[in-house]
Amino acid sequence: MKRILLNRLLQAILMMWSVGTLTFILVRLLPGDMAYKIAAGRYGDDAVSTAAANAVSAELGLDKPAFQQYLHWLWDLLSLDLGNSLVSGAPIIVELQNQLSFTLVLAGCAIVVAALIAFPLGMFCGVKADSGWDRASLTMSTFVRSQPVFCLGLLLIFLFAMELNWFPVAGYGGAPYAILPVLTLAISLAAVSSRVVRNSTRTAVNSAWFEFSRIKGLSSRRAFVRHALPNILLPALAFMGIQLIGLIEGVIMIESLFAWPGIGHGLSHAVFARDIPMLQGTALVMGFLFVLINALVDVSYYLLDPRQQEVQS
Amino acid sequence: MTFIGKLSTQQRTGAVILGCLALFAVAEMFLFSIDGNQQFLAQAFASPDWQAPLGRDQFGRNMFARLAGGLRISFTLSLVCVVTSAVLGVLAGVAAAWRGGWFDNVLNFFANTILALPGLVLILVFAAVVPGSFVMIYLAISLVLWVEYFRLVRAIALNQVASPALQSSMLMGFGKFYLFRRHIWPALKADVFSLAAFGAATSVVAMSSVGFVYVGLKPPTPELGLMIVELFPYYHEAPWLLLEPISLLFLIVLGFHLLAGKAR
Repeated sequence: MKRILLNRLLQAILMMWSVGTLTFILVRLLPGDMAYKIAAGRYGDDAVSTAAANAVSAELGLDKPAFQQYLHWLWDLLSLDLGNSLVSGAPIIVELQNQLSFTLVLAGCAIVVAALIAFPLGMFCGVKADSGWDRASLTMSTFVRSQPVFCLGLLLIFLFAMELNWFPVAGYGGAPYAILPVLTLAISLAAVSSRVVRNSTRTAVNSAWFEFSRIKGLSSRRAFVRHALPNILLPALAFMGIQLIGLIEGVIMIESLFAWPGIGHGLSHAVFARDIPMLQGTALVMGFLFVLINALVDVSYYLLDPRQQEVQS
Repeated sequence: MTFIGKLSTQQRTGAVILGCLALFAVAEMFLFSIDGNQQFLAQAFASPDWQAPLGRDQFGRNMFARLAGGLRISFTLSLVCVVTSAVLGVLAGVAAAWRGGWFDNVLNFFANTILALPGLVLILVFAAVVPGSFVMIYLAISLVLWVEYFRLVRAIALNQVASPALQSSMLMGFGKFYLFRRHIWPALKADVFSLAAFGAATSVVAMSSVGFVYVGLKPPTPELGLMIVELFPYYHEAPWLLLEPISLLFLIVLGFHLLAGKAR
């Protein structure tokens, strides 16, 4: 258990370092003089003068050698001083807190809905493997997987928002606005995981030990819950870990598509506006979210599988 | 043609889809001389006719030419990304398994650093360095993709390096390249092929995603993701226009996924 968490902590540190370094290099690579650009951002394009630029340069230590600036940059990062947005001027931390709650709602709801779709559907198809239902579900899953998640979102927008007028197209203003983004993300996650659940259900139901549990007189319901279910959950859970990248990337794309005011939306806007501190902040939060959910998957895998605990203790 | 003979029906279907798309992309370039960027504002949203079999967009540009151009960009990108990341990943993986020691550790550290961040975040950060640059997107995608080859190849190569067959060949004095070709590559071939097909799909999706959030290639480049976001506001005037790049993107990804064969 300790080792799992330690590994993930290491990953978090590695992630922070790489994001910090990348954004530092980025800042230095931007064309034009840093000081002038920040001055322009602060005082408006018309009010930029050499004096203003020099003041900025002295304040931010831009006249120091690159290596010193790099250390300074990393130190700020470690002390979680992420600076101010170059666009709005507001502290990054405040904006991030705001956005994070939106992202957590979206990601959390999507995971729950995805599980609600994937597990019943996957188990049903696994028990009735190679039936018409199973084939239909495979076709659907292939269809969903064969398109970028934003295309899936667009299709849902056309159908539910523009033709049927059931839900609003984009933006945020209450529960109806959340339905389409959550649904898009959930369907794209469930398309893959329902097949994983289906495969492990099929293996479990056709196994010798499952047959034995039936022969020894357990009802099919009891045999399924006691014997098959744990063996279905574990591979599915392990796979969730791999799928997390899909979740994070999906969040970025879907928030941008639906103008959902979360971290992913902030990230793509920061790239567009070349707002480096904001870019660094959003990339960091995305990275932390990634590491955090990874750690959660690891821990629940450890708790669910008694074999893991025996090996380690 | 033993290679084609070994493909499953599913993989052949994928190859046929990709072949048709590639044919469309290449044939358009050689057989027709339509400029996809030339605007005919009077003909905006014109329905398909013989001049423009797929209709015209909001500036009256020929969609037939633009879609073929978009396909060429996507195929070029996926090809260079796959080749770069596969060559780098396989070389690094084999070298790490063979050399071991600090060399292995350094490469592993590098791979873990990249894996610590979701791929799309890394690609977006790179896209911010030089906006609208094909090279930057290519570098970023390759940087993300090579790690998969590296990890897989390293795991398989570790077994091969320790195998008695390779050890005995080595004792007989065969060169490194011969050992690689005779003992290591055959064990990798199938997996590397399937990773390459998935990688091609990933790179196409990544570029269109970056284009879709408007930080990728710049207009008037006919990039598929960019075309989708540009045509989106005109959904009510001409829904078919928007469906064209979407279905092309769908077909490319489907083709590569089918070609990859085994489920991921």
